[in-house]
Amino acid sequence: MSYLDASGMTGGYGGADILHDCTLKVDLGQIAVIVGPNGAGKSTAMKAVFGMLNLREGKVLFDGEDITALSPQDRVRKGMGFVPQVNNVFPTMSVEENLEMGAFIREDDFRETMEQVYDLFPILREKRHQNAGELSGGQRQQVAVGRALMTKPKLLMLDEPTAGVSPIVMDELFDRIIEVARTGISILMVEQNARQALEIADIGYVLVQGANRYTDTGAALLADPDVRRTFLGG
Amino acid sequence: MDFLNALVALTNYIIIPASTYGAQLALGALGVTLIYGILRFSNFAHGDTMAFGTGLAIIVTWGLQAMGVSLGPLPTAMLALPFAIAGTAVLVLVTDRLVYAHYRRVKAKPVTLVMVSVGVMFVMNAVTRFMIGVDDIKFADGARFVISARGFKEATGLAEPLAFRTTQLLTLVTAAIMVAALFWFLNRTRTGKSMRAFSDNEDLALLSGINPNQVVRVTWIIAAGLAVTAGTLYGLDKSFKAFNYFHLLLPIFAAAILGGLGSPLGAIAGGFIIAFSEVGVTYAWKKVATYMIPGFEAEGLLQLLSTEYKFAVSFVILIAVLLFKPTGLFKGKAV
Repeated sequence: MSYLDASGMTGGYGGADILHDCTLKVDLGQIAVIVGPNGAGKSTAMKAVFGMLNLREGKVLFDGEDITALSPQDRVRKGMGFVPQVNNVFPTMSVEENLEMGAFIREDDFRETMEQVYDLFPILREKRHQNAGELSGGQRQQVAVGRALMTKPKLLMLDEPTAGVSPIVMDELFDRIIEVARTGISILMVEQNARQALEIADIGYVLVQGANRYTDTGAALLADPDVRRTFLGG
Repeated sequence: MDFLNALVALTNYIIIPASTYGAQLALGALGVTLIYGILRFSNFAHGDTMAFGTGLAIIVTWGLQAMGVSLGPLPTAMLALPFAIAGTAVLVLVTDRLVYAHYRRVKAKPVTLVMVSVGVMFVMNAVTRFMIGVDDIKFADGARFVISARGFKEATGLAEPLAFRTTQLLTLVTAAIMVAALFWFLNRTRTGKSMRAFSDNEDLALLSGINPNQVVRVTWIIAAGLAVTAGTLYGLDKSFKAFNYFHLLLPIFAAAILGGLGSPLGAIAGGFIIAFSEVGVTYAWKKVATYMIPGFEAEGLLQLLSTEYKFAVSFVILIAVLLFKPTGLFKGKAV
């Protein structure tokens, strides 16, 4: 069984269902990418994994434990990290304070984790006394990812981490995400830049109208003519 | 000599009173701005929280005086202050539990919370009057002057007097200590940082495991501490009257909005700017002008506005800020 095993997820934000029998699985150290057209429920599927909407059916298993009924805060304690798409830093607090707030639930000494984050994102070490709101878009995303890493999560969820950053910064962010996965952390991310994201994906989920359409390794999806034609623009 | 006289007059009538008043407004505005940053509404009951706390401080002061306790040259009220803060903190925490918590649960709009706070204001005002009455109460004891007008004249031989009252010095020193402690708390401690995080981005703070109930509780306690200190210092400096604190609400809000709601630094700057504007505009400049410009004969008093209209100054500043720079000087949250 996979480390994260969310199966048969059906539900929405109240009102009509957005997800229909949606399944997402990720193993430790794997990068899983959710792609699909606008309005396919990609972010919603990830929020369902994180407990931000009520599921009518289906369940979320994490490390073998059923966490379907837990709140997002409790899931953070269980080892999930979540980076929202927007408003994902504390703008008037310094980079270092942002990381400290990420480690708020930790009772132990988190300086070592902070050093690891600084090693991963050297630019943050340089700007650690600057306010996060004054950084560029790409640097701010690094702060956001760093904040989520401070709890030493086993699964890191990223909602469109490259939205609004330049292609060069996007490549760099993807490189960093690969590095994070190499440390044994599972990555689940939603991406608009489907082609580039599938290139680094161990497993890719193509969602359409809240349901799984294609599921395969990133490379296989990139090679699939149907997927290419319908979702990757030829 | 004329220049020195002008300087002394300026210090005596503008700099000392306005600094004192500014420090009192700054402490009040800090409470308003903290509540706004964390709880996201303008707390109209803040003025009457000050009144209640000051009333409590006066009652404890009387008790201490009856027991023969005093602080020597300092007013006994300073000894009563911690008790008054504790009592007021209990009152605002109970109010939060009984009133505001419900509106947070139903996710009421900020304007609803503002109206709720107006209701709380009326209740607190009534409780204060019930507790201590509506009369003018003077409760300052101890040494009256640090520098007395006559003593200064005799010592310097200048024509102009300079008086510096104990309560004025006390206000400035206490305000400086309170502000330093507050900034240390907000910038250096875990709880303080979690409050700033909550003010910055509530969703992300919740996601990070910050307990919103604790943040709200600590905010009320700090706001109560600031309100009671500001109110007691104001009461010592002038006198206590239950209704006066309602009138203080306008300059306090003007200060908080001018500085930028949600910005503690802005609240302090705003407090002093409002105070200096109010005192400066209502001061009769004839004397200073006569000293400074040789051969100058002033027609009138050179007073821009009579003191009865001093609140108009806050109003004009408030309206100008809201029209031209609604986020205030220190980029607070837009109103």
